[in-house]
Amino acid sequence: MVWRRSLAYTLRRLAQAVPTVLVIVALNFLLLQLAPGDAADVLAGEAGSATPEFMAQLRKTFGLDQPLGVQLLLYVKQVISLDLGYSFRHGMPVVELIGSRLGPTLLLMVTVLLTAVIVGTLLGAFAARHLNRWQDNLISMLTVLAYATPVFWAGLMLIVVFSIKLGWFPTSGMQQVAAFHEGGAKLRDIAHHLVLPALTLTMFYMALYTRLMRASVLEQFSMDYVVTARAKGLTERQIARRHVMRNAVLPVLTMAGVQVGALLGGAVVVETVFAWPGLGLLAYESLFARDLNLLLGIFFICTCLVVVVNIAVDVAYSLLDPRIELR
Amino acid sequence: MKGGLLRFLRHRPAVVGLVLLWAVLLGAALAGTIYPGNPFSIVGKPFQPPFGEHLLGTDSLGRDLAAGLLYGARTTLLVGVVATVIACVLGVALGGLAGYFGGRLDNLLMRLTELFQTIPFFLFAILLVAVLGPSLRNVIFAIAVVSWPPMARLVRGEFMAMRNREFVQACVSLGMGHTRIILVHILPNTLSSIIVTGSLMVATAILIESGLSFLGLSDANTMSWGFIIGSGRTVLRTAWWICAAPGLAILLTVMAINLVGDGLNDALNPRLRSL
Repeated sequence: MVWRRSLAYTLRRLAQAVPTVLVIVALNFLLLQLAPGDAADVLAGEAGSATPEFMAQLRKTFGLDQPLGVQLLLYVKQVISLDLGYSFRHGMPVVELIGSRLGPTLLLMVTVLLTAVIVGTLLGAFAARHLNRWQDNLISMLTVLAYATPVFWAGLMLIVVFSIKLGWFPTSGMQQVAAFHEGGAKLRDIAHHLVLPALTLTMFYMALYTRLMRASVLEQFSMDYVVTARAKGLTERQIARRHVMRNAVLPVLTMAGVQVGALLGGAVVVETVFAWPGLGLLAYESLFARDLNLLLGIFFICTCLVVVVNIAVDVAYSLLDPRIELR
Repeated sequence: MKGGLLRFLRHRPAVVGLVLLWAVLLGAALAGTIYPGNPFSIVGKPFQPPFGEHLLGTDSLGRDLAAGLLYGARTTLLVGVVATVIACVLGVALGGLAGYFGGRLDNLLMRLTELFQTIPFFLFAILLVAVLGPSLRNVIFAIAVVSWPPMARLVRGEFMAMRNREFVQACVSLGMGHTRIILVHILPNTLSSIIVTGSLMVATAILIESGLSFLGLSDANTMSWGFIIGSGRTVLRTAWWICAAPGLAILLTVMAINLVGDGLNDALNPRLRSL
């Protein structure tokens, strides 16, 4: 019963997402119009390697001799059928290129999100339980620092300390290219490369969740049900474990869901710093190659990713907290 | 107001933030006096370490890093403040209209706000600067475009709460026009929240600006902290201090603004102090 209801809910949310995606496509179209040169120039990647025949064909496909409204419709049709064009710089269709870079980014994001939520929640709860004592003050100070540190700079400084000076971790990439590891050795190699980029991005979000969890725990402890629990003789530890923490963690989860988009943005700089071969690095490369169409494609796919993750988080949330009505 | 000032000064981290912020402002103001001339000009041998001939050493082309840092403070503060002001005006206007009039307009504006919150904002800023070209004006525009949604949500909430209060109803029954009610009666009552959120937005704007200029998306004629880090990146192994100093400057500035914002929050919204 519950599953059927959430399935219906999921489908309804997906249907609601359709206009959002369409607006994003229209936004991309607008950016194409703003770019110097006509759309065909941009779509060909400004690489100068497109043949005149190809350019003529592009202009025809996108109806560049037609009115703007028709152009928009043609563009939407093109994008909806997942034809995001061709990247001459990489010699590959944009969709395939993005697909090949999606995995590393997802790996980085999932690692960061899980670590930040788990450690942030624990630290926040710990700080709230030691309110205004030195533990709390120390954690508050660290979060203030982490919150103000530019992500790319944190990455560079971690490289200086842990790669250049100490030599504990590799400076860049996802695998040792020449090593050709297989199986377990390959996984260990990737994990070894993952540590620094994940740590860089985790620090900022961990600080955020720590602050949120601390405030949330303090708020829950002032609720009436805590008084009731005390009155019936539960120990503080029992109250914290069974009642307060479960309620306090909900705002953190909501926030984590909302921040997937911001996390993708952070991935761009972190992947650039560590040459992590994901979508962020691809975005940086396309920026340098002036491959605007590829950049637009990455933006489109990333936004779709955020929309899907948001829906998934909402569904998971409704399963976790039965009080939430599925509307 | 006096009580507010006292509360602000009692908040020790906020005072620390204020002192730091004054230092940055002073540095930016005195950049031209201490280092007359162009911060891009070459003053000596490249890769000089700090505390030698030049206070912070020189970068990979032999430019004075201390001069770059002071001129960079100008760019950073300018971009941060101007972009935030634009984002605030946009957010207050859209959020205020949505909250005051409600109904269909509210629905439409909130859908727009949600859309902008769904978009990966940093990627969108990159895209905007890449399309429009990396000039100071376009960077400010891009940051403003991605920064207004939180302000719109906040102001909408405040306006919705005020809309049904007695003093607003009294204004309506006096026959006052919407414009006057909004500008003269509701807006001043929401100002403290706007100031607090706005001050914290400056910090975010500075982080976005430094990220953009780190990726090479900054005006080629203005020195900025992100640009120094971005160009020093390639020589990290031999001259890590080139990247270290401007990053510390960003960290301290952003932290100072956050601390001052928190202090303002305590001072202006005493009701929220218990949280």
